[in-house]
Amino acid sequence: MVTINAQAPERVRPAGTGVPPGGPGSSGVPGGGGPRGSRSTAIRDSRSYSVFRVVNGVLIVVICAVTLYPFVNIIAQSFSSEGYINSGQVNIIPRGFNVTTFEVVMSDAMFWRNYANTVIYTVVATAIAMVLTTSFAYALSKRHLKGRGFFIGVAVFTMFFNGGLIPNYVLINALGMTNTIWAIVLPNAISIFNLLVMKAFFENFSTELEEAAQIDGLTTYGILWRVVIPLSKAVIATMILFYAVSFWNAWFQAFLYLDRRELYPVTVYLRNLLAGATGTEQLGGESAEATQIASNVRAVTMLLTTLPIICLYPFLQKYFVRGIMLGSVKQ
Amino acid sequence: MEPDQDGEDTVTAIGETEGATAPTTRRIGAVPNLRPPGRRGRGGYAGTNDTNTWRHALRKDWRLYSLLVLPVVFLLIFRYLPMAGNVIAFRRFRPGSSIFGDEWVGFHYIEMFIHDPTFWRVFWNTVILGGLTLAVCFPLPIVLALMFNELRSTVFKRVAQSISYLPHFMSIVIVAGIVLQLTSLNGTLNQVLGVFGVERIAFMQQPEWFRAIYVSSEVWQTVGWGTILYLAALTTIDPQLYEAARIDGANRWKQMWHVTIPGIMPTMVVLLILNVGTFMAVGFEKVLLLYNPLIYETADIIATYVYRVGITSSNFSYATAIGLFEAIIGLILILSANGIARKLGGNSLW
Repeated sequence: MVTINAQAPERVRPAGTGVPPGGPGSSGVPGGGGPRGSRSTAIRDSRSYSVFRVVNGVLIVVICAVTLYPFVNIIAQSFSSEGYINSGQVNIIPRGFNVTTFEVVMSDAMFWRNYANTVIYTVVATAIAMVLTTSFAYALSKRHLKGRGFFIGVAVFTMFFNGGLIPNYVLINALGMTNTIWAIVLPNAISIFNLLVMKAFFENFSTELEEAAQIDGLTTYGILWRVVIPLSKAVIATMILFYAVSFWNAWFQAFLYLDRRELYPVTVYLRNLLAGATGTEQLGGESAEATQIASNVRAVTMLLTTLPIICLYPFLQKYFVRGIMLGSVKQ
Repeated sequence: MEPDQDGEDTVTAIGETEGATAPTTRRIGAVPNLRPPGRRGRGGYAGTNDTNTWRHALRKDWRLYSLLVLPVVFLLIFRYLPMAGNVIAFRRFRPGSSIFGDEWVGFHYIEMFIHDPTFWRVFWNTVILGGLTLAVCFPLPIVLALMFNELRSTVFKRVAQSISYLPHFMSIVIVAGIVLQLTSLNGTLNQVLGVFGVERIAFMQQPEWFRAIYVSSEVWQTVGWGTILYLAALTTIDPQLYEAARIDGANRWKQMWHVTIPGIMPTMVVLLILNVGTFMAVGFEKVLLLYNPLIYETADIIATYVYRVGITSSNFSYATAIGLFEAIIGLILILSANGIARKLGGNSLW
C-alpha cells in the first residue's frame, strides 16, 4: 500500500532529535540519492529533456508566483488608501501608503474580544482533542486488545457517514450547548484522521521499552504517561498543530451555535465583515463609511486573522508534512 | 468477534466504576457467562482458562479499556446519536420536541423533495460542481508532484513546495475573502481584463462564472498540499528500476511512463477512491461564504439548500430528509469505488 518506507526510521525518533532538513521529496532517505540523483549522474540528458527541465523550472516559478499573489495582494491592500483600491490600481505594491486602517481595526474592542475568543477556543478545544485522541489511539494501538477491530470500525465508520447538519444542530440545541463554549470545543474533538496517525505511531513504538516499564511495576497508565508520551513528543507536537490550526480556522460551528457577538471567534467577525452584516459603527465613524465596509478594512482583518499562521508556518511546515505521511501508512 | 452490543456494554460498565474493582466485578457478573459468581475460586480460573474470552480480556486489560471510555462516549454522543437523529426524516419534528421527533409520517418528506424542483436544481449543481472539482483537482497534484520530482536544486524544490502548501493552512473564511476581493469590480481579475480593454465584469453576480471561480479557488487551495503523498510515494521507488529501464534503452519519458507512474499507482488509486467517495461533499462552507441569491442558479448545492431549509426556515424534518439522501449517496459512492478498486488492482482502502 502507500507505506512510506523512507519515513520508517523517523517514526520512533526520540524526542529532542533534530528534524531532518527538506520536504517530503528529499527528507528521510537514509541512503541519500533517490531515483533522481542516481539517474542524473549516469547518462547525459537528451536535448528535449534539457528543454523540458528549463520549461519545468519556469513553470514552477510561475505556479509559486500565482500561489503567493493573493497574499501579496491582501498585504498591498492593507497598506493602501481606499481611493486607489476602488479605482482598481492596487495589485502587488501599496498605493497611497498608510497604516490608518490598522489603527481603525485594532481600536475596535470587539475585534480584540473575538480574537481572544479564538485563542481560548483553540486552546481548550485542542486540549480536549489531545486527551481524547491520545488515549483512544494508545488503546487501539495494542494489537492484542480484544474488540480492537470493532472499536476501530466504530471510529472509521464516522469518516464515511455522519449525521448531517440538521440532526447535529438539533442535538446541540437539545444538549443546551448553544451560546456556550462547549458547542465549539466538543463536537469536533476527535479527528479520525489524526487518530489513525497517532495509532500508527504508537503501533511502531518499541515494545521492549514498554515491557521493561511493566516489569518495573508501572501500570498501563504509568507506561502511557511516563514512557510513551515523553518519547512521542514529535508526533504529539504534530497532532497539536493539526488540531490547533483547524480550530483556529474554524468558523461554521460558531456561526451556527453562537448568536451573541461577544462570543464570536475572529473568523466569524471576519465573515460578518465580508457579508457586510456586522455593525460597523465602531469602525470609521462616519455613517457613509460605515454602510459600505471598505476593502482595506477587510484586507487588514484578513491579514490580522491569519497572521499567526503565516508567521509560524515556515517553522512548523515540516511537522505537518511528517504528520500527513505517518497518516498515509496503511495498517 | 463478539456481537457489537457486548463490547459496548462491558466497556461502559468498567468505565462507570473505574477505580472500584469490586462493584465492577459484580456488574459484569450480571451479564450471563462473563464471570462466574464469586471471585474466591482463583484456582478455577487456571483450570478453565480460555485466553480468548471477554472475561479474560477485561481482567487483564481493564486499564486499556478504561482509556477507551471517554472517546467511545464522545463518538456515541456526537457521531452516532446524530446518525440516529436522521430518523426525523421520517417523523414530524417540532421545535422543543425530542431529537427523535414526535410522530411517524412515513415517506412524506422523501416524496416532498422528489417533487421539489429546487431540490433537483441543487442536486445537479452538486453533481456538476463535484464532478468538475474531481476532474481538475485529482490529476493536478500528480502532475505537480512529477514536476517537483524533476527539480534538481534541493533548495529551490523545498522553497517551491513550502509555498505551494501554504494555502492549505488558510481558514476557509480567508479563502472566501480573497476570492471576493480578487473577483470584485476593482479586483485583480478586472484589472487584468482592463489591460486587454475588456469591460469590467461583476463575477460574483453572474451565475455563469461561479463554477470556474469555485474550481480555481479549490485548485489554489488544494493542489500543492495534494502533492505530498505522491512525493512520498516517489521516494519509495527503487532506483534499480530506473537503472534497469535505462539498460533496456528507455529514455526519460519512457522511464516516467513505465517506472514512475506504476510506482505511484497505488497512491493514485487510494486517493481516487477517497476523491470519488467524497465528491458529493462539495465544499459546503466555501459555497456558503461565496454565494448570494443572484447566483443560486449555479452556486446553490444540496448542502446549502439543506442549510437554508433547515436552519434559516426551520423545516428540520424536510432538510434532514434531503441531507440523509446526500449522505447515503456518499456512502454508496465510496463503497462502490472501493469495491471496484479492489477488483481491478487489489489496492483499496480496506
